[in-house]
Amino acid sequence: MRSFTYERATDPAQAVALLGHHPSARFLGGGTNLVDLMKLGVETPGHLVDIARLPLDRVEESADGGLLIGATVRNSDLAADPAVRTRFPVLSQALLAGASGQLRNSATTGGNLLQRTRCPYFQDITKPCNKRRPGSGCPAREGAHRDLAVLGHSESCVATHPSDMAVALAALGADVLLLGPDGERTVPLTGFHRLPGDAPEKDTVLLPGELVTGVRLPASAAGLPSAYRKARDRASYAFALASAAVVLDVRDGVVRDVRLAFGGLAHKPWRATTAEAALRGGPATAAAFGHAVETELAAARPLRDNGFKVPMARNLAVRLLTELADPDASALDHTDPRRGDR
Amino acid sequence: MPHTSEVMLHVNGTPHRLTLDNRTTVLDALREHLRLTGPKKGCDHGQCGACTVLLDGRRANSCLSLAVAHSGARITTVEGLPRGTDGLHPLQQAFLDRDGFQCGYCTPGQICSALGVIAEAAGGHPSHVTAADGPPPGEPVPLTADEIRERMSGNICRCAAYPHIVEAIEDVAGAAVTS
Repeated sequence: MRSFTYERATDPAQAVALLGHHPSARFLGGGTNLVDLMKLGVETPGHLVDIARLPLDRVEESADGGLLIGATVRNSDLAADPAVRTRFPVLSQALLAGASGQLRNSATTGGNLLQRTRCPYFQDITKPCNKRRPGSGCPAREGAHRDLAVLGHSESCVATHPSDMAVALAALGADVLLLGPDGERTVPLTGFHRLPGDAPEKDTVLLPGELVTGVRLPASAAGLPSAYRKARDRASYAFALASAAVVLDVRDGVVRDVRLAFGGLAHKPWRATTAEAALRGGPATAAAFGHAVETELAAARPLRDNGFKVPMARNLAVRLLTELADPDASALDHTDPRRGDR
Repeated sequence: MPHTSEVMLHVNGTPHRLTLDNRTTVLDALREHLRLTGPKKGCDHGQCGACTVLLDGRRANSCLSLAVAHSGARITTVEGLPRGTDGLHPLQQAFLDRDGFQCGYCTPGQICSALGVIAEAAGGHPSHVTAADGPPPGEPVPLTADEIRERMSGNICRCAAYPHIVEAIEDVAGAAVTS
């Protein structure tokens, strides 16, 4: 690991100022991803500005019925928060589907958003990787890409974003709150992470020196039926092969509002706006859900070894939508042999 | 600026002032500087759980925690668990009674993690397998075998003593609920 100097910031503005003093500085949150990448030699900061103790550790209800989540709130505390569990259950479920108990105790909200891909070539500094070393190539496209992207990938990068939490936030229509050298700004979560294009080294639209200070959940999603479901290679403590987050408002059998996002399929949480538009105002039936999700996934361009993700994502989303639309009917359905989504 | 820092760690109730390279993890501070070799270095990447300690009362992977970032913290390792009259913590006794290990390398991490699991469930923290119609937010979550398996998934045992580890934790968690 490269040697580094260290400072602990006491308020957000000071943290931003401290980072600006060092060309190769990084913010340190819980460290669960950054310290790992420093050990691997993927990240080589010369200075760390520790932001883990900034006073951004609260979950607060806003006057309009939304929720304001501080950037240093730990994943385990956010998942257990009573307001999150009762009014935004998809977020609690997504957090609990990720990592391990130990990691969730350390990992922060801001750090979860900013975690890097687990693409094996990105994590191995002896291999080319356009994300780690722009222009060096992408061995994943022809190599080990079973876990990688089927949507929105480019010639230069087929990585996926690993977060479960961010998928729920995409479905909830959350905003990311930022503080930089030029002041504050707000970015919709769906516009915070990027598709790789020809600049896969940029995971997000974060500008140099900007700090994530929090995440805001809109009141419009509060209290609606919502859920997260994830398919992975083992029952716990594994990244998603595919996942789906759904927020659904059905009245009298008609879809009044729906938000659907996929994880494990793309370089960012994939908000399924095509499927949402197809469903809004229409019947809340399994057939309609199936048709809408298939329309969304028609954009998929699977690689040699990850075509299985497309039907997997379809089945996750359709089943989740169907269950949320009619919880009583799905309760009778636990013996369905096709139920391979847990 | 210096690449070393003065770090204060309160380990198993004893304060230690150390001068450490900033790269030193809590795990290396404990093992190499304080000679507490209970926490084990398994994968050194937060994937196996052998390094689990209680960091300010919560279980954490000490291999991914920089010591300098945790200066001032209270740390409990397996060496510092509160002991009963027989010299062992109830979880240690339960692991013996249930034969909850073979080689023993992962055991200190398993035991520290289990201590965290019991506290988290008692504090109302849900898990991936906690039913939506289970205890309301804030209420203790009963530690069924399924709950224990899910919550302990960050601790790998390559001898595969899992069934006995679950039984050992059930013994202690059940006693904690009924006492």
